[in-house]
Amino acid sequence: MSKFLKNRELLLVAAIAVLLALITLRFPAFVAPSNLARVYNDTSILIILALGQMAVILTRCIDLSMAANLALSGMVAAMLNAAFPGLPIPLVILVAMALGTLLGMINGALVWKLDIPPIVVTLGTLTIYRGMIFLLSDGKWINAHQMSDAFKALPRDALLGFPVLSWLSLLMIGLVFLLMSRTALGRAFYAVGGNPHAAVYTGIDVGRTRFFAYCLSGALAGLSGYLWVSRYAVAYVDIAAGFELDIIAACVIGGISIAGGIGTVAGAVLGALFLGVIKNALPVINISPFAQMAISGMVIIIAVAVNARAERRKGRVILRKAEAV
Amino acid sequence: MAEIHLTPRHIPDRLEGRGARLLKSWESLLLVVACLIFLGNSLASPYFLDPWNLSDATFNFTEKAMIAFAMALVIIAGEIDLSVASIIALASTAMGYAVQLGFDTPALVAIGLSVGLICGAINGLLITGLGLPSIVVTIGTMSLFRGLSFIILGDQAFTGYPDSFSWFGQGYVWWVFSFEFTLFVALAVVYGVVLHRTNFGRAVYAIGNNQTAALFSGIRVARVKFVLFLLTGLMAGLASICLTSRLGSTRPSIALGWELEVVTMVVLGGVNILGGSGTIPGVVLAALIMGMVTFGFGLLNVPGIVMSIFIGLLLISVIALPILWRRARQRLAH
Amino acid sequence: MLQDTLTSRMKPAIALEGISKSFPGVKALSDVSLSLYPGSVTALIGENGAGKSTLVKILTGIYQPDEGTISVADQEVHFPTALAAARAGVTAIHQETVLFDELSVAENIFLGHAPRNRFGLIDWKKLNADARALLARAGADLDPTIRLRDLGIARKHLVAIARALSIDAQVVIMDEPTAALSHKEIHELYALVERLKAEGKAILFISHKFDEIFRIADRYTVFRDGAMVDEGLIADVSQDELVRLMVGRAVGSVYPKKDVAIGEPVLTVSGYRHPTEFEDINFELRRGEILGFYGLVGAGRSEFMQSLIGVTRPSAGAVRLDGEVLVIRSPSEAIRAGIVYVPEERGRQGAIIGLPIFQNVTLPSLSRTSRSGFLKLANEFALAREYTSRLDLRAASLDQDVGTLSGGNQQKVVIAKWLATRPKVIILDEPTKGIDIGSKAAVHAFMSELAAQGLSVIMVSSEIPEIMGMSDRVIVMREGRIAGRFERAELTAEKLVRAAAGIQEAA
Repeated sequence: MSKFLKNRELLLVAAIAVLLALITLRFPAFVAPSNLARVYNDTSILIILALGQMAVILTRCIDLSMAANLALSGMVAAMLNAAFPGLPIPLVILVAMALGTLLGMINGALVWKLDIPPIVVTLGTLTIYRGMIFLLSDGKWINAHQMSDAFKALPRDALLGFPVLSWLSLLMIGLVFLLMSRTALGRAFYAVGGNPHAAVYTGIDVGRTRFFAYCLSGALAGLSGYLWVSRYAVAYVDIAAGFELDIIAACVIGGISIAGGIGTVAGAVLGALFLGVIKNALPVINISPFAQMAISGMVIIIAVAVNARAERRKGRVILRKAEAV
Repeated sequence: MAEIHLTPRHIPDRLEGRGARLLKSWESLLLVVACLIFLGNSLASPYFLDPWNLSDATFNFTEKAMIAFAMALVIIAGEIDLSVASIIALASTAMGYAVQLGFDTPALVAIGLSVGLICGAINGLLITGLGLPSIVVTIGTMSLFRGLSFIILGDQAFTGYPDSFSWFGQGYVWWVFSFEFTLFVALAVVYGVVLHRTNFGRAVYAIGNNQTAALFSGIRVARVKFVLFLLTGLMAGLASICLTSRLGSTRPSIALGWELEVVTMVVLGGVNILGGSGTIPGVVLAALIMGMVTFGFGLLNVPGIVMSIFIGLLLISVIALPILWRRARQRLAH
Repeated sequence: MLQDTLTSRMKPAIALEGISKSFPGVKALSDVSLSLYPGSVTALIGENGAGKSTLVKILTGIYQPDEGTISVADQEVHFPTALAAARAGVTAIHQETVLFDELSVAENIFLGHAPRNRFGLIDWKKLNADARALLARAGADLDPTIRLRDLGIARKHLVAIARALSIDAQVVIMDEPTAALSHKEIHELYALVERLKAEGKAILFISHKFDEIFRIADRYTVFRDGAMVDEGLIADVSQDELVRLMVGRAVGSVYPKKDVAIGEPVLTVSGYRHPTEFEDINFELRRGEILGFYGLVGAGRSEFMQSLIGVTRPSAGAVRLDGEVLVIRSPSEAIRAGIVYVPEERGRQGAIIGLPIFQNVTLPSLSRTSRSGFLKLANEFALAREYTSRLDLRAASLDQDVGTLSGGNQQKVVIAKWLATRPKVIILDEPTKGIDIGSKAAVHAFMSELAAQGLSVIMVSSEIPEIMGMSDRVIVMREGRIAGRFERAELTAEKLVRAAAGIQEAA
C-alpha cells in the first residue's frame, strides 16, 4: 500500500478515477466512451504543451512564454493560410513548428549564454511574443471565413473513428516518451535537473541541455499554435492568454518537481487529463466555468505541497546502533 | 606567506566619499536616463511640460510603484510574489461586493486592505510555514485569487461606488498633486527608511545574500519573510483601492498582467532578481522612467501592447547588459 | 630494498611529478610527487588541510596544477575537465557520492556512455544486463533497475565502483569511502578493494582510520601542510610512526596557550540527545577554559553544537548557563543568552558575502548599535573597528565586501562578529580550517587571550596539534557519542587518534 502511495502516476490515475466516479454518480453519461474520447480530444493541446513544459522543468527551468509562443505561431499559421490558401497544410504546420522552435531557441539561448534566470527570460519573452502578434496582425482578427477549409478541417478529420487532433497528441506522447527514455538527450534532461553538479562530472553540458529543452517546448508550442487556431477557427492577439499557468499546473499536478530532475511523461499526461476532466465536468455538474481558474490554483498549491512532502530528504544518520566489532 | 605586524593596522571606515559612490551607482545612471527621457518627451510634444498633463501622467505608475516598493524588499530577500495583480482583483471584487451590500467608503477601504493582508498572509504561511518555493506558491495563488474574482463576478462588473470613494483615485491633495502621487512619495520615503535605515531592512539584505548565515546570526528568517509577504499583500490592497477608485468599476480582469510590470520596475531599479542587493531610490527612478515612457508613447499614439514589447525587452536587457558588461571587462583584463 | 624492487619492476599507472597548487593566501600543495602502481593500494594519510582533497581534485580534473606534470603510462597528460580525467581512466569515489538520486542504478553506471541499439536509441535491456554484470564484478548483489535514492551510502559506493569499471578506469581514488559505512558494509568494501587490486587497478585510498590502512594498504604516503613528508611500504612502518609523521612538529611549542586559572562551571550540558545524530552528551564548561572537541569528520560534533544553539532541536537534554536552566529554540535566543557559535562552513554559514565587513560584524549585535530599530552607522563602525582591530584584520576599508577578503581574514570577520555580541560562551567550529598560517596564529593568540579574560571557549577541531596545543581539556566524539575525555596533562596524539577511530589498546 505504501509503495502504491509513493507512485505518483498511480495516485493520479486513482484521483482521476475517483473524480470520474463522483461525476458518474449524478451524470452517468459523462463516462460514456464517446464522451471520454471527447474529453481526451479537448485536452489534447494541453497534453502536447505539458510535454514540452515537462522537459523544461526537468532541467530546473521554467517556460512562461509557451502560451504566447502558441499564439504567435498560430497567428502566423493563420495569416499564411489566409494569404496563400493553396499552401499545403503540412507545410503550414511545419512553418508554425519552425517558428515555435525559433522562439524557444531565443529563450534557451538567453538562459544558456547569458545565465539570466529562466523565469525572468520567459516573463520578458512572454510579453514580447504577445506584442509581436499585435505588430504582425495590426490588432486584427483572422476569422473562420479567411481560413481555407482544409486548414480548419485537419484537426477534426476522423481517422479510425478518432479526430486527427487526438491522434496527433498520442503521436507526440509517443515521440516525447521515446526521446525521454531512449535518447542521451532525454536522460540528460533528468541528469541536469537532478544534480547539475554531478552532471558536469559526467561530461554533460548543463546550459546546452537546457537550450534543447527550450527548443522542444518551443516546437510543441508552435504545433499547438496551429492546432489551437484551426480548432477554434480564429486567431487574435489574446488567444490562450493565461494558458501558461494551466500548462504549469498540469505539470505540477503530474508530479513533475519544480526543483527539477523528477517527473515522467505519464505524469504530465495524467496531470493534463486531470485538469481536462475538471474543465469538462464543471458545466455538466452545473458549476460556473469561471470556477476553473480558482480550482487550478487550488490544485497547484495542493500538488506542490504534496510533492514537497514526498521529496523531503531524510537527514544523514550519524548515530549507529552498537555493532559487534 | 605569514605577514608579521606588531601593532594592529588602522582600517579606514570607507575608502570613497559619499559623492564618489553615488557617481558610480546604478541609480545615477537611471537618473541620467530619466532626465534624457524627460528632455526627449518635452522636445517631442509641446503638451508634455504642462503641469496638469504631467500630473495625469503619474497615474500610470503610482499604483504599480506602491506594490513595487514591497516587491523590491521581497526580491532582495531572495523570494518573489507573482500573485500581486490577482490580489488587486480579489480586493477590488470584495470592495465591489461590499458596495452591493450597502457599505460606505471607510468600510470599503478597510475591506480592501484586509483582503490584501489576508492574501499576503496565505502566501506567507505557505512559503515560510510549509517551506514551499515562493515562485510556485504565488503562481498558484495568482490563479486562485483571480479565480475567486471570476467565480464571484463571472463576466459581470461591479459599479456604483460611492462618490466619496472616488477621491483615492481621482482626488488632489494640493494643486496638481493627486492623492495617489502624494501616497507614492510618502511610501517611497517610508520604504526607503525601512530598507536603508532600520534593523529590519538590514535583515532583508542579510537574508537575500545568505539565508543560512543570517539564521546563524540570529535573524528570524521565517518571520522576516512572512512580514514581507504581508507587506506586498497590503500594498496590493492599497493599490486596489486606488485603481478601483480611479476606474470606478471592478471586472475580474482588472490589473491583468501587472505582476510582470511590477517585477520589471523592480529589476529596472537595480534590484538583483536573485536577491541580495537593490535600493528604493532605484525603484523610484525606475517607476518615473516607466511612467514617462508610457506617457511619451501615449502622446505619440503608440498602442499599449507595443509598450509591453518595450517593457519585455527592457526587462531582459536590464539583466543581460550588466552580465555582458562584466564579461567584456573580464576579457579586457586578461 | 623491497621498495626498490617493487618500483623497478613495475611501471606506475599514474605518476605525479613536482605538483604545486596555490589559492589566494594559501599554498595548498607544494612540489608533490606521487606514483600509483597497478594492483597496489596506496594509503594517503594526512590531517585535514594537509592537501589531500586538493590532490584528488587535480587527479580528477576539477583543479589544474600551477606547476608539475601528470603522466599516465609514461605519457604526459593534461586534465582540463572532469571528463578528460575519466577518459584517461582516472575515477574517484567520493565520501558523498556524485551520482543521481532519481535515476536507476543501471543508468547511474552508464550515464553518458549508454549502449545503443541499431536505431541509435538507448538499449535498456543491454544496459541493465551490462549493469548487472558490472555490479556482480563489483561484488554487489543489486537490482540495477531500482532508483539510486533507495540505496544506502555503502551501496551507492558500489554503484560508483561499477561506474568506474564501466569506463574501464585504471586508477581508482577512494576518498574516505568508509566514513559513513556500518561495520558490515566496511568489510564488504574491503573485499571489493581486494578484487579491484586483483584486477590490476591502481588504488589511492584516503583514510583517517589506521586499522583499515594497515589492513588493506600496500604502500603509504603521508602529507603534511601541503607537502609529501614520507612514503614507503606499510610493512615497514608502525602505527605510532605514522601518527608521528602525520602530526609532525613538536606539539605545543608554537601554540600561544596561556595558563589561566580555571573558574567555576559556566555551561552544563546533561543528557543531550537527538534521534539520529548524537546521544548521551554530558559535560561541564568552566570559566576561562578552552574545551577541545576532537573527532573524525562526521562524528556528530557540529550537529551537536548546532543543536545547542537552537538551529535544530534535541529530543532530550538540559542546558544550564551560570546555574540557570536555559531553553534555546533559535540562534537569536542563544545569542541573547550569551552562547554563540562560529560555524565551520565559513562561506555558507558564517560570512554573508555581498555585505560589507562592518555590516557582517554588527549583524547579531544590531539591537545594541541601533536605537529603537533604526540603524546608527557611527555606532556600527565603532563596534566593527574595535573588534576587527583586536583580531588584527587586514582589509582596505570596513566598507569592503567581505567576499573580497582572503579566507583567513574572512574568518577574522566572522569571529569578530560573534565576539561583538559579548558572549559568555563561544563555540568555535574548525576555527582555522583552510586558512593561512599567519591568520591561524592570530586566531590562536586571540582565543588564548579570550580565555584569559574569563570567556569560556569550546573549540571543535580535527587537527591534532591544534587540539593539543590549545585545549585545557579534550572531549573526543565518535559516531555521535562521547568516546573519551582527557585532561591537558595526559594528552597524547595517539590517545586522541585511538579514541576517535575506535581502536582498542594496541594488541
